[in-house]
Amino acid sequence: MAVGVTRNGQTTGPETSCMNPLERYAPLVDDRDAFFAACERPLPSVVRVNPIKAPRSRVCDAFDEEGVGYEPVTWNDSLLRLDERGPGTTWPYYHGWIHGQEEVSAFPATVLDPQPGERVWDACAAPGSKTTQLSALMDDTGIVVGNDNNLGRLSALRHNAERLGVTNLVVTHQDGRSFSLKPFDFDEFDRALVDAPCSCEGTCRKNPTALEGWTLNHVHGVAGVQKGILSRAIQATKPGGTVVYSTCTFAPEENEAVIDHVLENEDCKVVPFETPLETAPGVTEWEDETFDPAVTDTHRVYPHFNDTGGFYCAKLEVTA
Amino acid sequence: MTDERRVPEDESLEDNIGQQFDRLPATPDDRTVSGRASRKEIVDWWVEQYDVNPKIFDPFTFWEKGAGKIWIFGDDTSSPIEVEGLGMTVMRTRQRHWKPTMSAVQRFAQHANKNVIELSGEEAVRFAQGENIQYEAWDGDWGYLIVAHELAGSLAPIGVGLYLYGELRSTVPKGRRESLDTLE
Repeated sequence: MAVGVTRNGQTTGPETSCMNPLERYAPLVDDRDAFFAACERPLPSVVRVNPIKAPRSRVCDAFDEEGVGYEPVTWNDSLLRLDERGPGTTWPYYHGWIHGQEEVSAFPATVLDPQPGERVWDACAAPGSKTTQLSALMDDTGIVVGNDNNLGRLSALRHNAERLGVTNLVVTHQDGRSFSLKPFDFDEFDRALVDAPCSCEGTCRKNPTALEGWTLNHVHGVAGVQKGILSRAIQATKPGGTVVYSTCTFAPEENEAVIDHVLENEDCKVVPFETPLETAPGVTEWEDETFDPAVTDTHRVYPHFNDTGGFYCAKLEVTA
Repeated sequence: MTDERRVPEDESLEDNIGQQFDRLPATPDDRTVSGRASRKEIVDWWVEQYDVNPKIFDPFTFWEKGAGKIWIFGDDTSSPIEVEGLGMTVMRTRQRHWKPTMSAVQRFAQHANKNVIELSGEEAVRFAQGENIQYEAWDGDWGYLIVAHELAGSLAPIGVGLYLYGELRSTVPKGRRESLDTLE
């Protein structure tokens, strides 16, 4: 029988001894009470300004005209936190001047820092919040290859890219683990983003059912996929190029263990980076495993740190 | 807007292959696929219909996938290419009246000087949710117009309307219709 977990961490159904999956991460966090309290609160409504279609100042003017309240997000100028409603029923949204995007989800594209004119691979692109952010950071020049293995989700990516007026996106439908550059007239990327499919525990504030159906088997299964996609991204990126790996889960099996795997098996190294977000370093020990000490230069984001969802982000440099 | 130009089918040329993206030929003289619009014809059409500066299209390449659907890509790549998407859809050709997409109008029509119809706050709300609007006062061309409203200091193109017999028909696709607030 399925056992559900409600957003306040209580299990439902007869198997009341089933633990809230978030309990397993309590030993990793600094402030257990703050962690669980944050996981129960709904997320603020945040939008990203899409400079491909309108500058931030015009978006703010339009919100003022429409009576939509907002406040800036201190660590990222392109984000605005809305006072009340969701962004979908505003004129700036209709015009594609903004995109509803969870605050912490705007983190990995800024770490990847793609430059205008470059060739960038987004290995798990759909539904495209981060993909279109990459395009915006590149002034909609160069090429963003947005790949996903799920055709239904690809249509959401296409829809978002059209609404946001993105023209530098090439959409592909491949398994990221065996991605082929054969369609293209180039054979390596300057940068790659692997925002991997994951157990999504960190999205429990946005999606209260995120923890339903959580199993350790799924964590282990999806970790294999993550290792495969990240390995391919490293192989497909030029020496000296940057690969960013991110998830919205707390599970070390899907985070530090994946980085540890590619450090062992692929030509890459971890690159330390600063971020204005409050983060915790990656963990080097989890249950009976130990990880390469370099993972302490990767970043964990817990919901109570910045009032966001949970997140993990690592920056790698390709070495050969 | 009574333009009925079409690129005629030509049996001496190759057939269009709908499953792949092909870069448009530069000019009609470079045409190798029957019925395919050239880049020059596309850009000229935007200039003639909407009086946009043709230089806005200089950084882009144009591609056809499917029967007459034209895509605009911010870079260039080898042609043909078999992928799911290449840039953004910009217009529909291979039909009697070529039609720009809502996405293209929102992105490229803010500096259009011709065949732009400006709606009031209340009309803009109705248009955005897909309603047709009685509009007798229009004395410009008939056909596909750029529909805009005033927002945050200047005109902002909302989408494409089909003007016929005193009525402006909203062509906003179902998936993009929205119930919005009236701006004063």
